[in-house]
Amino acid sequence: MKFTFKRGVHLSYGGKSATSVLPVREYVTDYVKIPMSMHIGAPSEPCVKKGDLVKIGQVIATPVGPLGLPVHASVSGEVTAVEKIPYLMKDPVTVVSIKNDFKEEWVDLNPLGSVESVDPSMIIPAIRDAGICGMGGASFPTHVKLSLKPNQKCDVIIVNGAECETHLTADHRLMLEYPRRIVDGLRAAMRALNVENGVIAIEDNKPDAIEAMKRAASGRDGVSVCELRTKYPQGGEKQLIEAVTKKQVPSGGLPIDIGVIVLNVGTCAAIADAIIDGMPLIKRITTITGCVRHPANLMLPVGTIVEDIIGFLGGFPEEPGKITFGGAMTGLCIPNMQIPMMKSTNGIVVFNEREAMSMEEGPCIRCAKCVHACPIGLNPYRIKVEADADRLDAAKKLNVMDCMLCGCCSYVCPSRRWLSASFKIVKEKLIRQAKGGQKA
Amino acid sequence: MSIRLSSAPHIRTGASTQSLMLNVVIALMPCVAAGVYLFEMNALAVLCMSTGTAVLMEYLWQKLMKIPVRVGDCSALVTGIILGLTLPPTLPWWATMVASAFAIIIVKQLFGGIGDNFLNPALTARAVLLASWPAHMTTFVDISREHVADAVSMATPLSGENAVEYTWMQLFQGAIPGSIGETCKAAILVGLAYLLITKTISWRIPVITMLSAFVSAFILGMDPVESVLTGGILFGAVFMATDYTTSPMNASAQYAYSVGIGFLTMLIRRFGAYPEGVTYAILLMNILTPLLDKYLPNKIYGHGKKKEANQA
Repeated sequence: MKFTFKRGVHLSYGGKSATSVLPVREYVTDYVKIPMSMHIGAPSEPCVKKGDLVKIGQVIATPVGPLGLPVHASVSGEVTAVEKIPYLMKDPVTVVSIKNDFKEEWVDLNPLGSVESVDPSMIIPAIRDAGICGMGGASFPTHVKLSLKPNQKCDVIIVNGAECETHLTADHRLMLEYPRRIVDGLRAAMRALNVENGVIAIEDNKPDAIEAMKRAASGRDGVSVCELRTKYPQGGEKQLIEAVTKKQVPSGGLPIDIGVIVLNVGTCAAIADAIIDGMPLIKRITTITGCVRHPANLMLPVGTIVEDIIGFLGGFPEEPGKITFGGAMTGLCIPNMQIPMMKSTNGIVVFNEREAMSMEEGPCIRCAKCVHACPIGLNPYRIKVEADADRLDAAKKLNVMDCMLCGCCSYVCPSRRWLSASFKIVKEKLIRQAKGGQKA
Repeated sequence: MSIRLSSAPHIRTGASTQSLMLNVVIALMPCVAAGVYLFEMNALAVLCMSTGTAVLMEYLWQKLMKIPVRVGDCSALVTGIILGLTLPPTLPWWATMVASAFAIIIVKQLFGGIGDNFLNPALTARAVLLASWPAHMTTFVDISREHVADAVSMATPLSGENAVEYTWMQLFQGAIPGSIGETCKAAILVGLAYLLITKTISWRIPVITMLSAFVSAFILGMDPVESVLTGGILFGAVFMATDYTTSPMNASAQYAYSVGIGFLTMLIRRFGAYPEGVTYAILLMNILTPLLDKYLPNKIYGHGKKKEANQA
């Protein structure tokens, strides 16, 4: 039996075939810019300055606030600058630039040994010290997700290997090449929280990954593999939970409210690295594809600059139109080629001029395709009317806050209306309004 | 080198308003072919007049009003063809023209154009004709026995006591008196199959409307099979009730809407003064559409379960 969720869309275009069969290659750049805001929460505070020599894995920034995370040097060498650069968010971001001396000098790591024998109380602190945040895109600090309140109990940890986005194959390759690491990371999280069930959920368009994960999971306590139907957004946290457990996360709540925690496969592998090798999160697999000469899955030091990566892969075969971090459904456009990738950058997709052309918005013809695509069950066409008129309260009444910006409505709209894009703006305004504590 | 910035998603489905409308046009072709085959040049003339007028009126109106000319989206083409197919083949050319212009200008454009009209343009125009020139609208030629040109004007199989008996096969093939596009049920079903395969419409409205008509006929003491095969209920269920703009969008509202159309049609046939009730049944349900969408909302993920949360 295959598991799935209600509604959603079958994407007619996957874009994965260019890279899904390519083994992960290593690329070490000679210059990195490591952002201080790679996670949700306050930016980390740099603790190095220009001219300092750093080793691989050395802490270069300390956590700030309850959702803070430390940041580690991903290459060894000299700190050449601590500066602010424009980034994906509206505000500029502080980056620590390091010139790689290629001496490969490491700090002393503190491995804890096998995930099955380590003291469970050591696991979550180790995850925090390794600077691990969700690697599927949301970048929520993992140790916070795993720190339960006294009244909370986790029944199942779901490992998200759906990778339902277009273009991306980083998780697919990780499952094929490091399946044991993923299972180890899952076991560590299960032991830390005393959870008996761990489910690794994978879309059925990746039968080789399902096979590899099943082999790696056999004989491991409480770990099973769940085959999901290929449908977008199968890897959305809420949809994944609905597919696997048949339960729904309450509106405005968290998965833990129904006893579920979801971790990305990359996050699990990072947890295993942190426990077994004492290795902080300083590199990750990223898919670089689309309009590049040699698409690839690369293991990159965190902070590698896009321009260098593209150059390493032979440049652009034709004029690029836009470049996104993430796939075509939810990816964020990057403003220029000088910005670095970060811990949660699972893909860099280059669109050519033709693909990047924006389409003219037509009038809504009430075809209801958005209504039947929305995995949440919203009425996107109605919310759009309120969003266009900037009626925030009316949009809120139509439950715009439940929208998870998967993009299904915009994808199916025959009039090419910017549905989810306008909801994103409305949601941001509503959040600002709630924080400000005043009505607009 | 400059790269663009835009919001996600960065890909869109291939379907556009124009391609969806063209799908409907293609789905209508079997009906057009059957109509022209059965009713010959009369039918062709009515169809050309209604389609031509609709497209021209849409273009002229948008030009005159200095609003974006969207005649290329083909929605006026669809309205014109559908209107033509619901008219009797013997309708005078001027009546066809008036109806077509009424559909586009009064019903569609005056209410805001595509997506904003609350009544089905073709059906409303048909209703106006029914009210204004009832004699022209309810006189049909019987082509089942003789050639059209020699045929005597007569009533449809639905018209009460004088109704002629037809076999189910005759009703299915369409060699009976009636409007141009509604008589040949086989052609309508081919069109329905095309619309479903191309995912232009969902199965809900046409299938539930037919089921509802069938069950309602049975409850009201009529022959269910004959009731479904006569008149315009099948054509209405496939091509008119499914009009995007005037039908509900939530799944549960679509069910209610479809059940309503089937039932009202049979109710009007059984007790009403008109022999056929599809036109008014659909128009009535069109009017209820905003209400249905409002009171039959979708179930939203994670709502209504707040109490259960946190108990785990």
